[in-house]
Amino acid sequence: MKYAFWPGCVSKGACPELYDSMILTCAKLGIELEEMYDGNCTGAGVISEHEPKLADLLNARNFAIAQKMGHDLVNICSTCQGVQSMVQEKLDRDEEYRAEINAQLAEEGLEYKPGLVIKNFMWVLVEDYGLDKLKEKVVRKLDGLNCGPFYGCYILRPSRILGMEEHPERDHYLEQIIEAVGATAVQYEGQDKCCGFPILTNNRKNSLTQAGTHIGSAKDQGADCLVTPCPLCHLNLDAQQPSAAEVIQRELNVPIIHLPQLLGLAIGIDDKLLRMNRHVVGTQAVLDKVMAAVEA
Amino acid sequence: MKVRLKVKRHDPEAHGGQASRYSDYTIDVPEHITILDALLEVRDYHDGSLAFRYSCRSAICGSCGMRVDGRGRLTCKTKVTDLVKTEGQEILVEPMGNMPVIKDLVTDMEMYWSKMDQVTPWLQPADPGPERENLVSHEAMLDLAQTMGCIHCGVCVSDCPVLEIDKSFIAPAALAKAHRFVDDPRDAKTKERLEELSAVKGGIWDCTRCNMCVEVCPKDVRPMDRIMQLRELAVKAGVASGTGARHGEAFVDSVQRLGRLDEMRLLPASVGLWNAPRLLSEMPGALRMLRAGKLPWNHALPWRKPIAGIKHVRRLFDRARREKKEASS
Ligand code: SF4
Ligand code: SF4
Ligand code: SF4
Ligand code: SF4
Ligand code: FES
Repeated sequence: MKYAFWPGCVSKGACPELYDSMILTCAKLGIELEEMYDGNCTGAGVISEHEPKLADLLNARNFAIAQKMGHDLVNICSTCQGVQSMVQEKLDRDEEYRAEINAQLAEEGLEYKPGLVIKNFMWVLVEDYGLDKLKEKVVRKLDGLNCGPFYGCYILRPSRILGMEEHPERDHYLEQIIEAVGATAVQYEGQDKCCGFPILTNNRKNSLTQAGTHIGSAKDQGADCLVTPCPLCHLNLDAQQPSAAEVIQRELNVPIIHLPQLLGLAIGIDDKLLRMNRHVVGTQAVLDKVMAAVEA
Repeated sequence: MKVRLKVKRHDPEAHGGQASRYSDYTIDVPEHITILDALLEVRDYHDGSLAFRYSCRSAICGSCGMRVDGRGRLTCKTKVTDLVKTEGQEILVEPMGNMPVIKDLVTDMEMYWSKMDQVTPWLQPADPGPERENLVSHEAMLDLAQTMGCIHCGVCVSDCPVLEIDKSFIAPAALAKAHRFVDDPRDAKTKERLEELSAVKGGIWDCTRCNMCVEVCPKDVRPMDRIMQLRELAVKAGVASGTGARHGEAFVDSVQRLGRLDEMRLLPASVGLWNAPRLLSEMPGALRMLRAGKLPWNHALPWRKPIAGIKHVRRLFDRARREKKEASS
């Protein structure tokens, strides 16, 4: 099992704990990653908002790089997935447009051929790796840990470009993975809503009200932490959580765990290596529960 | 097939805690029926007191929007088998969200229409008008046609998460409608409209781009895409001075410079490192991130290395922009 690995900019910047935990977890699971060092930012939907063709060119370049490496592409960001799926749909559907794009990639010796498999790590786990195999790797069953899934918008919507016809359960994978590692998936209002990140700079109050409300509703349902496959959601839910708590005027204090960190804990990777201490909202309560389950 | 429905009821005249409750129905119906058919079956043969709104039964009139299994849907366009995957699975039917309920599944659309009103949903041609009829190209109308397909069902407004927390948000349907007039070549108030939509509380920059409205709209209006078009038109017309627009520019510049995102600029916590008032208001967030090792300050150093293929990335930028310029001149 080998993938062309697109880490995304956030895991290489503000969320290094995501990058580290992804690398360690995959190594232990036996998923080989070949990093796309020369890949460029997907544009996070911001570039396509203003310059759609440019965004298509940039993403086609990434696709072609992955194809040159000869592997399926794996990403670890809901936003990356959304942008990549959107561009791919356009390119695969329209041969003429694809030729136009490829003409510009040619100077770098690159070409995008339709049909590249692009999967978020969450999809890879369920569809390629398999939950049964994952269960076998679990050495610390996360019994008693209540996790609220938080998907992030772009890995759920628009569903027509996200392979939901072929894989109708993709909007339940997080719950399935959480259960597979022995934890309990907590259902709550807001798990498939927006964390508010994109408007943080221009409407801070609305953005933080959204983040805070979802965290609060998960807490009301008994969640010890939230688990997300998207570092951008993580930023709004974790780094901004104290401010969000102020805005909605309630105490929150709910750790926000990256998906690979959750797996890492379950398959026995040291929490310091997973950089569980690199969160704004401390994760000690989660670690205590994990350890309590091991000792029991 | 046997279908189990759990229907949210609301009776404004009921006393005490009885105003809201759920009713359960099990009905025997053919497989091909829609949710609306199922409700009609309930009302006609099981419980005549159930109230809901419908008319055309053909996805034309826009009356039958409801929230089914937690999502806004046009019930005459949704088949029971679209939702029931395993035998005996229950279907939850509730009134649309974000709007007050009049009775059972009937919502009060007043707020929907007042938002529609807010965007002046009619053409404001130049004065004096043209001597003869306006000739408009097909291309100019293509995008608009999609928005004109809106049947005002309210499903997108029901599920818009920003509206849930901020009642001033003009919300997807009316903003999509606004685009339909802003981008209409016959309208003479384009700039004024954009100024208003950009500056008003709850305007185009408050959308979080969550795709919910795109997902639920039964007519493929894709309201969010229309809002993004409005943003771009606002930037072009020079009326967008808010952080939303600046944020976009900073982001794009960083990708051009490095091939990657420079969070020091993108990250809201650091948005104002060179802007004192902004910095102060963001200080708590920035300090927290710094403490947790989340502020990649080293990325701000001028010698941060771009990706190896940066010259190709920059070439793609140049090409795309040159083409865009040529197209518009
Ligand atoms: S979408 Fe996010 S993580 Fe993905 S490449 Fe862009 S900024 Fe980086
Ligand atoms: S769209 Fe409205 S007016 Fe037209 S047939 Fe349907 S119900 Fe009647
Ligand atoms: S994309 Fe914007 S308008 Fe549409 S539902 Fe989300 S926040 Fe509302
Ligand atoms: S945009 Fe779509 S969902 Fe919204 S009111 Fe119009 S038809 Fe209904
Ligand atoms: S009844 Fe007219 S749209 Fe459903």
